Amino acid sequence: MTAVDARPEQATEIGRDRRRKEDARLITGRTRWTDNINLPGMLHLAMVRSPFAHARITGIDTSAAEESEGVVTVLAAKDFDESLGVCINAWPITPDQKTPAHPPVAVDRVTFAGEIVAVVAARSAAAARDAAEMVEVDYEELPAVVSLEEAVKDEVLAHPDLGTNKSALWVFDSAQAGTGGNVDEAIASAKSDGIVIERTYRQQRLIPAFMEPRSVVCDPTGEQITVWSATQIPHILRFAFAATTGVPESKIRVIAPDVGGGFGGKLQQTPEEMIVFAIARRLGKPVKYTETRSESLLAAHHGRDQIQKLTLSATRDGQVTGLKVELDANLGAYVAIVGGGVPVLGAFMFNAIYKFPAYQFNCQTVFTNTTWTDAYRGAGRPEATYAIERLMDELAAEVGVDPLEIREKNWITHEEFPFTTIAGLTYDSGNYEAATANAKEMFGYDELRAEQQQRRADNDPVQLGIGISTFTEMCGLAPSRVLGSLDYGAGGWEHAQVRLTPTGKVEVITGASAHGQGHETAFSQIVADRLGVAFEDVEVLHGDTQIAAKGYDTYGSRSLVVGGEALVRAADKVLEKAKPIAAHLLEASVDDMEFTGGRWTVRGTDQGMSIGELSTAVFAAHNLPDGVEANLDSEATFDPENFNFPHGTHLCAMEVDTETGQVKMRKYVCCDDIGNIINPLIVAGQVHGGLVQGIAQALWEDAVYDDAGTLVSGSFVDYLLPTAADTISFDIDHTTSPATTNTLGTKGVGEAGTIASTPAVVNAIVDALRPLGVHDVTMPCTPERVWRAINEGSAGGETTGAAAAHFDPSTGMSGNVDRTEGDVQ
Amino acid sequence: MIPASFDYVAPTTVEEALAALAQYGDEAKIIAGGQSLLPVLRMRLNAPEWVIDLGRIDSLKGVRDEGDSILVGAMTRHCDVATDPLVAEHAALVARATATVADEQVRHRGTFGGALAHADPAGDLGAPALALDAEFVIAGPAGERVVPGAEFFQGLFETAVSEDELLIGVRIPKHTGWTAHYEKFVRVAHQWPICAVGATLKVSGGVIEGAAIGLTNMGSTPLRAAGVEQALVGQHATEEVVRSAAALAADGADPPSDLNGDADYRRHLVTVLTRRAITKALGG
Repeated sequence: MTAVDARPEQATEIGRDRRRKEDARLITGRTRWTDNINLPGMLHLAMVRSPFAHARITGIDTSAAEESEGVVTVLAAKDFDESLGVCINAWPITPDQKTPAHPPVAVDRVTFAGEIVAVVAARSAAAARDAAEMVEVDYEELPAVVSLEEAVKDEVLAHPDLGTNKSALWVFDSAQAGTGGNVDEAIASAKSDGIVIERTYRQQRLIPAFMEPRSVVCDPTGEQITVWSATQIPHILRFAFAATTGVPESKIRVIAPDVGGGFGGKLQQTPEEMIVFAIARRLGKPVKYTETRSESLLAAHHGRDQIQKLTLSATRDGQVTGLKVELDANLGAYVAIVGGGVPVLGAFMFNAIYKFPAYQFNCQTVFTNTTWTDAYRGAGRPEATYAIERLMDELAAEVGVDPLEIREKNWITHEEFPFTTIAGLTYDSGNYEAATANAKEMFGYDELRAEQQQRRADNDPVQLGIGISTFTEMCGLAPSRVLGSLDYGAGGWEHAQVRLTPTGKVEVITGASAHGQGHETAFSQIVADRLGVAFEDVEVLHGDTQIAAKGYDTYGSRSLVVGGEALVRAADKVLEKAKPIAAHLLEASVDDMEFTGGRWTVRGTDQGMSIGELSTAVFAAHNLPDGVEANLDSEATFDPENFNFPHGTHLCAMEVDTETGQVKMRKYVCCDDIGNIINPLIVAGQVHGGLVQGIAQALWEDAVYDDAGTLVSGSFVDYLLPTAADTISFDIDHTTSPATTNTLGTKGVGEAGTIASTPAVVNAIVDALRPLGVHDVTMPCTPERVWRAINEGSAGGETTGAAAAHFDPSTGMSGNVDRTEGDVQ
Repeated sequence: MIPASFDYVAPTTVEEALAALAQYGDEAKIIAGGQSLLPVLRMRLNAPEWVIDLGRIDSLKGVRDEGDSILVGAMTRHCDVATDPLVAEHAALVARATATVADEQVRHRGTFGGALAHADPAGDLGAPALALDAEFVIAGPAGERVVPGAEFFQGLFETAVSEDELLIGVRIPKHTGWTAHYEKFVRVAHQWPICAVGATLKVSGGVIEGAAIGLTNMGSTPLRAAGVEQALVGQHATEEVVRSAAALAADGADPPSDLNGDADYRRHLVTVLTRRAITKALGG
């Protein structure tokens, strides 16, 4: 008898708030992060980066650096051949997209401050860093275009040889697509007899700011070249190495060991990875590069950065009739791996949960001399959700009704599912009424509205605002056929394998490579229930192309809804393979076998065998039916037929100090519908973290450049990441409308909190101030902006492009106490 | 984040420290708690040949009663200042302000003297020290000298401590029975203040007998709001007196403009914070 036999009949793991298996090693750091890897004879790299946003490289003198202690070699672009490879764009959004070549090391021109111009290889990281400061690069500065507003004018060009800053224009029009009416007609009609709301919103630039800086190690000394990288995408990275360097894919092994967060920021094929790979091959020695935090903020890809011009039309009583979106999206200096595709992911979400009869989306992607942008938690969907949820509040104000009422008037009702939207997506399930009713109850909506009225009547210097976000999103990336129709250069399936060991333990291999999400725990729960084995007996293996040979990795809230379904199918194949073996061993007919309580049993008897017992029998293979393979292992590849549509109602109360502009969160409630839940504890963690990241966009985070293209918020002194001290306890709950497109009925939750929370917070701030004539505050809603909105009637104005002086070498180091001359480099 | 290499010396007496300063001069930097110096070294904004660590000079740690004043040793950590009974009794404003410095980790490393000698105008301790008429005790080759606050802070990151000298302690006249509040304005908790106001008051029979108001990050040095103090002293502590006095807070201030706020915003903000600091110090 094994422990398995004692398990009760019902599914016991799914729905249980198991603590995460992986936490002990992740939290204590007793694990192998990429930077912990040290190999015999390993060399270390340091990058020489451009201080200028746009400049011609007129000379590079590496002689002093080469003579520095411990230096092995110093390389510039001219020293590499084509085996260095290139950084790829996997999603050209239009056939005529302008896509400048993106070499890992700048050749004769730098296009953003932080771009790599030379590389030092040395025997220690310190020696490499010392020598990097001795590399003398001569630059001839070129005019730089920094802001999106300037770039679209095409006066100063980020890439003069392209002749324009405009990369691609991507359009969706409901009349053309046959999904709805003509938006211009809807707007014209509303202008004469209805309501037209026109707004421009800015999605500021954000920095993913994952906890573990990026790090990469390459060991070229084996038959396969092995690369460890702190990446979200080991499989895609392996493909990119093979596709661009000429090394056969079979000669490359990529490992993403434990990875400390990504938020989309590690969904990239980076110049640094290409450089490490090339130098290791060139020198025949293991090579490591780990970025500093400053480099991470400067040169790892940024997120968001859009300007949204929005026109919403409605009838006089607030029934929406049309939505037109004109979007400029800042690519930075290059089109990154998904690059221009990020805003396009938003194209399908501006209409959100509302029944728009006409819709048009125009997205212009634009180059600037800034760090390149790409996916950041939510990727396109937070921007869309922000726009529509802010607009619905504006419409409610225009009509003069409660913003929840205007939403209810326009949303898809639960009887209408499955519902095909104006953007052409079919939402499979949901219940906006139920989630909203639950959230209102938890929030104490009516009481807070009453308090708001009282404060207004009392002319209280601290006003109260209530913000609403009834969001949905599309996740579970993605049906491969849809990706193909959008010209995305890859698929969206996921792969899983289930292996049985002779002692009856289970190894699960997934192509969804986790970087902190808790896959090991959640996937163990699924398999434990499916196969009737103990949670502790399941080992989840991932992130190594030698073990998990196939996969599309982790992003877009896809792991559970795509990877989890692949896993279910692989486990079911194990059961199918085990069935005739069990029948044979139990001397019963296959037709009499049934799988109950984690055992194959003979119907009507108490005879049965667990999967553990069967795997031992298969290992020995002494007594198998004729023609049956001695192997229970199974694999499955699942390609979803549709996206996955979580939704929820988020309610936020903000106190706004009208004297100082300071805002303070009073209450935050959310009721998310993410279908069936595998592990409530992991879900709560995802929701909490997601909320804080979305709130941070509303209130704190802002990657600011000065006019010359220098990143002003280049450290955590000036790029304000919140900590636990800046947040409150959130009240979270769920309604359950199971997804119909996967067996488990699950929906993704990795990005939901981030997508939903930003507009809830800003709506609350604007709601507090609306009686003062305020109808917008630009993000992040700094105290200064809020104060200016109150006093100047603006949305708060530009952020001054100057850092606080704490670490300014020209001031901080010149005093009598800090005596030495500041500027080394 | 690897600093350039440097040599390190850790004297155990002030005399040894002064000797090291004399020997290494321009090539050296002093490290106290290291909360400002270490980031600068790690970001390679500076690369001294020598770092002279004051951490082993025990005579510079702790708070002493000197009769009419208390002496806070330069190497007393923020966490020790914030909880010191002498500071609480005789310099409540310093205790209040110190408790708000950065976060717990910084307060367990950073030192009172190190922060003041660094002279970041956004530092939380300069304004309270200035407001309380603190004297700065400086040791040098010719012995000790004492400098008043108004002379100690000379500019952005500049103090009266010259190249061959060390700040060894700060003498604060006893303000026993004075109430105090430090009103600090930040966007996130661990941030340097965008603006802050320290207010400490002596009230008897409803009349303000003494008022000292210091302003943080409203100029290149900590400032004292003398106009506000004059408008308060001798007056009954009414809401209207406080409001009209606080309206004078920005007079003579020259605040910075940076990504946390422009100068005009800070000039407005300081009047609100001054009113609140005074009101809270009065127990409101």
